[in-house]
Amino acid sequence: MVLEILELGFVQRALVTGIAVAVICSAVGLFLVLRRHSLFGDALAHAAFGGIAVGLFANVYPIWTAIVVSVLAALGMTKLRQSAKIPPDATVAVLLSSGLALGIVLVSLSGGFSVDLFSFLFGSILLVSQDEVVIILALSAIIMAILLLLYKRFMYITFDEEQAKVSGLQVSKLNYLFIILASIAVISSIRLVGILLISSLIVIPNITAMMFGKGFKKTAVLSGAIASSSVVAGIMISYVANIATGGTIVLVLVITFLTTLAIKRAQRQTSQVASVKAST
Amino acid sequence: MQLDAVSVDRVTYDYGQGKILDDISFKVEEGDLVGIIGPNGAGKTTLFSCMLGLIGDYEGRIEIFGADTRKNRKVLEQVGYVPQKKSIEQGFPATVEDIVSLGATRKGSKANTASAIETAALTELKNRRIGELSGGQQQRVFIAKALVNEPRLLILDEPVTGIDVETQNRFYSLIRKLNKDDHITIIWSSHDLEAISSLANKVACINRSMFFHGQSHEFFENPEMLKKYSESSMQAHMHEQHHHH
Repeated sequence: MVLEILELGFVQRALVTGIAVAVICSAVGLFLVLRRHSLFGDALAHAAFGGIAVGLFANVYPIWTAIVVSVLAALGMTKLRQSAKIPPDATVAVLLSSGLALGIVLVSLSGGFSVDLFSFLFGSILLVSQDEVVIILALSAIIMAILLLLYKRFMYITFDEEQAKVSGLQVSKLNYLFIILASIAVISSIRLVGILLISSLIVIPNITAMMFGKGFKKTAVLSGAIASSSVVAGIMISYVANIATGGTIVLVLVITFLTTLAIKRAQRQTSQVASVKAST
Repeated sequence: MQLDAVSVDRVTYDYGQGKILDDISFKVEEGDLVGIIGPNGAGKTTLFSCMLGLIGDYEGRIEIFGADTRKNRKVLEQVGYVPQKKSIEQGFPATVEDIVSLGATRKGSKANTASAIETAALTELKNRRIGELSGGQQQRVFIAKALVNEPRLLILDEPVTGIDVETQNRFYSLIRKLNKDDHITIIWSSHDLEAISSLANKVACINRSMFFHGQSHEFFENPEMLKKYSESSMQAHMHEQHHHH
């Protein structure tokens, strides 16, 4: 049965874009999680909602308007953090609600919610078109290439910004570049899980991978593997059971996380018991 | 004429709550091992931040190997910096090797990672996560990281504070080796006067302004100096206690 499903063109498109998006979201997510910016993706996605509404309102392809609005919002937020003395989580809240508000106002101006808007809120990967596949794959390839080229610098800044500065890295430029990459990654994932569930792709694969106690590269690879296999499983399950794809993907991620957590905890307890026994 | 490793010329820094650094001047020649001493809050870390260009709005002039670090960041590739001990998140997914190789910002210096790890006696720990190590081990990781670029100058900010005595002694012999055998110029702040007197050839004693600057023995063989230093330390200590209550 799995083979039959895989022969369907729309499933193939969903899987290919799904895996690409899973990989880039988990990759930018690792840095976001470690910098305690986990909710940044959420805020960007909400800003993107405003951007999508602008696109639908102006009859422009919504992904492009979403990218422009999110990148501007992200840069604004970064600037706000640096210049004013506003707590970072508060800037997230400002961005999140202003994006959503812009979207709602534009939607009401254009006469209510359309099906299109709904699919952006909750994802609709099975409806992804050939053109969108090409756009998402191209964006993912660009993001991945830049991340691979600069991951060491991003990791340095993530680990210790001050030391990175002393080492001569151009920290503020790199920070801006990273924020732009993260914004584009978030927009690319809207098709997959929708605006409301984006944090899950950014956060869950990484906190799961981090439990394995590995170094940076292995953690990143593991996180990408967890994200993409959850996406594949989610798409297949949702198709067979005829349930919402975005939600299914996220539930698969959550179950993977909780299972790993339980196994790791059990392992720790067994090793503690063993060491207690050995010492008595 | 040989270029100074560091020249600090009439540096004053005030961020609105009084002068943290007041008209500080000194020079460090290549090959020196300079101990910077001074009570808590004397401005040692601030001075380092100015030297490294992390703070830019000071008055006066600082040059490292003839370059102003505010404008020429490239010169910092020749400087290894070990900041004061920071807490590291236990779950941070980076091994000792990952962290040490971060220091390799100069072209071709990545190849030095293994030898830097060996110099800091970390070979056995290289695949362990940094967050799982003890404070002393973490500090050695940062020293290894500072050595990867094969620096001409090392700046160490209270590198052994809060570290057990055995690790401290090992650290002191490492400093001696880096300075004597590898000819690295070292500037090192510490509260450990005994270690400074046995290792450093020069001493700069600051308490916001320069209190003494010269050959190490001139400071340590001068009872008057030592007395003044311990009084100012005591004052700073009492000041701190006062603030705690």
